[in-house]
Amino acid sequence: MKELGKEKLMAESASTKEEVFSLGGVNVYYGDSLAVKDVSFPIYKNEITALIGPSGCGKSTILRSLNRMNDLIPGARVEGDLQYHGADIYGSDVDPVQVRKIIGMVFQKPNPFPKSIYENVAFGPQTLGMKGSMDDIVEEALVGAALWDEVKDRLKDNAFGMSGGQQQRLCIARTIAVKPDVILMDEPCSALDPVSTYKIEDLMMKLKKDYTIVIVTHNMQQAARVADKTAFFTVSSNDEEGSRTGVLVEFDETSKIFSNPADQRTQDYVTGRFG
Amino acid sequence: MDASAAATQALYGASDPGLRIRSIVFRSALLLSMTVALIAIIGIISWAVVEGGQRLSLGLLTNNPSSFRPETAGYRPAILGSFQIIAGVIALIIPLGVGAALYLEQFADKQRWYNRAIELNIQNLAGVPSIVFGILGLAFIVRGPLDMGFIAAAGSATIALLVLPTVILASREAIKAVPPSLLEGAMALGVTRWQAVWKMVLPAAAPGMLTGIILAVARAIGEAAPLLLVGAATFVTFDPNFWEGGYSALPVMIYQYAGRPQDEFHVLAAAGVLVMLGLVVVVNSVAVWLRAKYERTW
Repeated sequence: MKELGKEKLMAESASTKEEVFSLGGVNVYYGDSLAVKDVSFPIYKNEITALIGPSGCGKSTILRSLNRMNDLIPGARVEGDLQYHGADIYGSDVDPVQVRKIIGMVFQKPNPFPKSIYENVAFGPQTLGMKGSMDDIVEEALVGAALWDEVKDRLKDNAFGMSGGQQQRLCIARTIAVKPDVILMDEPCSALDPVSTYKIEDLMMKLKKDYTIVIVTHNMQQAARVADKTAFFTVSSNDEEGSRTGVLVEFDETSKIFSNPADQRTQDYVTGRFG
Repeated sequence: MDASAAATQALYGASDPGLRIRSIVFRSALLLSMTVALIAIIGIISWAVVEGGQRLSLGLLTNNPSSFRPETAGYRPAILGSFQIIAGVIALIIPLGVGAALYLEQFADKQRWYNRAIELNIQNLAGVPSIVFGILGLAFIVRGPLDMGFIAAAGSATIALLVLPTVILASREAIKAVPPSLLEGAMALGVTRWQAVWKMVLPAAAPGMLTGIILAVARAIGEAAPLLLVGAATFVTFDPNFWEGGYSALPVMIYQYAGRPQDEFHVLAAAGVLVMLGLVVVVNSVAVWLRAKYERTW
């Protein structure tokens, strides 16, 4: 099996705005039902791209197809052109396990492993057989997730003893410990209080220097605060078939989406008229 | 009536007396069910203590059985046989039971008809009478394809097959209780499904699995019927060897003594029941201790 090598895939392009992902006419099916239809937009390097929209619009589905987490759901199927640095993520010679190593993911509900703080961060690097001092890898990741100062004296404590916000930052530390290229975040703050949310947003702004971040959020203010680009999705109902399918309405600079959107539906959503 | 009295009235006075009576009846019924179960256990234990308590001595454990000197006869070969059978059962059911449960929960595609058929069959197997497994053991393990003969290992394999469905079902429940976010979290780091299952799901499910294994072993200690068919009926006066020769087991030996006409043998059988209960308590304690220890490490 040909390895989806990071070096090959990260080959620098001349343009200033390098495309990390490029989606062209992506359809995602769960079984026979079309969950998201004909989605096309780019995701740029070292930017935060926010996916927003009402429930059921398929934003999480699109996020999860970027690192092939959808493969874990029986019956899930992706069609269309989904490229990562010019390579087809769903190519027949691509190992989904390798994809997830390069494209990490942080989930809605903090899901630390039932282990110590140290072991939570070390699990990925250890299992993947990464070289180097494990203590250094763990420290670097925890520093990177702005958590080191809070936990350096209790690395052996169980991760469940941390607050929700700390747990989520631990999950971010765990993700960056395996040195990915992209971090996908699926509503990372929806279970957190405002102070913890602020800390995560602050962290995201720092992380985008080294990583490309894609975030799904229900919180429009959050998208407005952190994202460089925003993609607005909505649900399109087909009454004849009784089906609901997510569609991409608009993708643009975040400031444009929130101040002067091209589509009336976007305007209605960001001004709080529906959703 | 002042305001607080009115509030008290609203809180307590409005309750429907019919509802209260029904709740009392329901509680009494539950209490009665528990009492019946308790009486059965206390009855067995006190009968065994009254009848067999006088025979409790170290000799009971270390002496060989005898068909004509019940006052000095013991259970040595039967105890050793039971230990060997249990050890064999544990060695078989842990990898097979946990493996099957992991396959069904984590790897099997539930859309496929054959996986659903396997699931259904395992549930049914858990309800098959033990004597059927005895016949199976006789036909396929003692004789037939495996042709092991009437040895303790054959008894072990038969009992293992008998309790395997219970272990699989309990292990599956334990795996189901592990939040899927644990597997997702691990896999999102780029580890393989197998690594995520082995390092995250399995340790999280282990205490629950151990509970199933405890139940299975406790049942294995008490099983006599299938063992009668696969060779344990022999009256054994020598230490059994796992791989060859005759063997016996505690419940089988108790059954033999209890069937004799002389009263002294009935006393011996009652004492054997105490030994068996003691053995179950010991095995369960070890397992409970193991489980507690495992739970603490994370």
